Amino acid sequence: MDSSAQQSPTSGKQGIPAVKARPVNAIVVLIVGTVVLMLAMGLAIASGPRSISLAEVWRSLIAFNPELTDHQVIYELRLPRTIAAALVGAGFAVSGAIMQGISRNPMADPGILGINAGATLMLAACFAFFPAQSYQGIMLFCFAGAAVSTALVFGIGSAVKGGLSPVRLVLAGSAISALFLAVSQGIALHFRVGQEMAFWFAGGVAGTRWIQVQIALPWIIAGLLAAFVLARSITVLSLGEEIAAGLGQRTGLIRFASLVVVFMLSGGSVSLVGPVAFVGLVIPHLTRSLVGVDYRWVIPCTAVLGAILVVAGDFGARMINPPREVPLGALIAMIGVPFFLYAARKERREF
Amino acid sequence: MSFKRSRRSAFVMTVLGTFIVFMFMASANMGYKWMPPADIVKTLLGYGTAKQELVLLEFRLPRIVLAILVGAGLAVSGAVLQAVTRNPLADPAILGITSGAGLGVNLYVVSGLMGTFSSIFALPVVAMLGAFATAAALYILSYKRGEGIRPIRIVLVGVALAAGINAAMMVLATMMNSNEYQFVYTWLAGTLWATNWQYVLALLPWIVILIPLMMLYARHLNIITLTEQVAIGLGTAVERTRQTLIAAAVALAAACVAVGGGIGFVGLLAPHLTRRLIGPQHQYLIPASAMTGALLVLAADAIGRVILGATEVSAGIVVAIIGAPYFIYLLLRTR
Repeated sequence: MDSSAQQSPTSGKQGIPAVKARPVNAIVVLIVGTVVLMLAMGLAIASGPRSISLAEVWRSLIAFNPELTDHQVIYELRLPRTIAAALVGAGFAVSGAIMQGISRNPMADPGILGINAGATLMLAACFAFFPAQSYQGIMLFCFAGAAVSTALVFGIGSAVKGGLSPVRLVLAGSAISALFLAVSQGIALHFRVGQEMAFWFAGGVAGTRWIQVQIALPWIIAGLLAAFVLARSITVLSLGEEIAAGLGQRTGLIRFASLVVVFMLSGGSVSLVGPVAFVGLVIPHLTRSLVGVDYRWVIPCTAVLGAILVVAGDFGARMINPPREVPLGALIAMIGVPFFLYAARKERREF
Repeated sequence: MSFKRSRRSAFVMTVLGTFIVFMFMASANMGYKWMPPADIVKTLLGYGTAKQELVLLEFRLPRIVLAILVGAGLAVSGAVLQAVTRNPLADPAILGITSGAGLGVNLYVVSGLMGTFSSIFALPVVAMLGAFATAAALYILSYKRGEGIRPIRIVLVGVALAAGINAAMMVLATMMNSNEYQFVYTWLAGTLWATNWQYVLALLPWIVILIPLMMLYARHLNIITLTEQVAIGLGTAVERTRQTLIAAAVALAAACVAVGGGIGFVGLLAPHLTRRLIGPQHQYLIPASAMTGALLVLAADAIGRVILGATEVSAGIVVAIIGAPYFIYLLLRTR
């Protein structure tokens, strides 16, 4: 019945399950990307208020010497921060790719699952009702919020007669998001904690310590591994429900597993840095325009490119106007928006 | 089939109309000094006392009319955008129009002009400038020679613009003092701001010209929501129709957001609610969505005035809090 809604925006030529893939490009992207990522991480660790040579960074990694201040700075401050940036970038980017693949909606990002809204609501609640929380405390609250909203979106989507279709998923997601964001807006305005929240979100990975990385790391790593395993099924699912079912796929199961992975990846990332979700939107589009639509290639490439974007963004955020930091999300948008506009001009049937 | 559908639509619209009239009466009283409904009707017809006329016609009525217009405009804009882009998520907020208006307000506050003008007049103007600038950027960036404006591109460009503008607003937010922040974000949460007749009159032409214009295209919209090939095959000049409709929908949204702030969710919610009540035929969907939107904003504005006692809760927040659960309920019930 919902004819305007059920049309996928790209249902042009269907019926041919031949997927456009460019393995050569993908391998180049992976190799060059990994090298660039390593260099970027090294640079990010080396630069800051106290400048450290790249050679010293390398020495501190292979032979850590607690006597040296430089090694202390690297180990205590810069390494956790840089690792967090890379993880968050990979996490958001891969979960964005999965969301766009399974919902066949180019506007989908992890935010559509209600993850950002849940985390934001809990952050507002934290600031309004339980002030003086530790960083870890706030993180756990945000993670719990993300879990609740994802579970709600998923529950609503699945409770519908006829099961969890992509359209219902994104609609349930935007309804829950709107609801949670409205409540957190209300809390923020009533208790006047909105600006505090803005500062928290603007902070990005600044101040990340090992303990926070340790909380988020297992979720994100497990999520990434699971995403690689699911990649082939996601490719099939991205061709459309009928084709996937026709090829013998258990679409419901795959969709459920994919959403769990999305939650692990972005739940962990959101609680580390807040909603820098634009990464999850821009990187998958960019990657698909480079390597085609086979998710076995798309997923590793998005992980690397996403990590590069956030590491570079965080590096820029610290270096543009020291000692003050530019909000990470703002910088990422500044880098990402032009890229995205370019990709949007070229976009055709890219899923 | 079509007979049944038109009867159902007529029924739904009658019910919506009745609700709007009731809500109108209720809204004229909620959070204010009680005025009996008979007196309201009398005053509207021009037989009230001077005091009643002042209170009702100058203070309460502009706000009510504005709520109805903004709700109707945003809902229709959302319905058309969803159809034209064939994307169920499209609405004025996700395409960046609301953010554009918000950026206008942000810049106005940060620039320190707030003290120099009367902000009740300046705010809608800067918001309107921001919204239309965004709309123009959206249009220009989505246009490609030889291809015109493809739905997928306008959707992606809109999302990118929204992300960029939101990032800029985040930077601005960290530059404000606490009172300025509170002011801007109350506006962004969707508070009917320009509650005087000048702004009602400024908004009115957009509504009375653009909504009927879109109604004229209802049959084209029905066809466009099928696939492109079918639309062309049936003889619709897809490209021209689409450009006209997008321009109209975006302009309508910009005008509404300028006076209504970030009540963006109405644009997403109202068309979906309505579609689930009467189906996807645009000749019924457009007017019925307009009524749903009007009712939602009217009710939300009235409830927001009383729900927390002295503090007023923005209509945008109330719309989401009452609208989202109902939407979820419908989502669960209908196939």
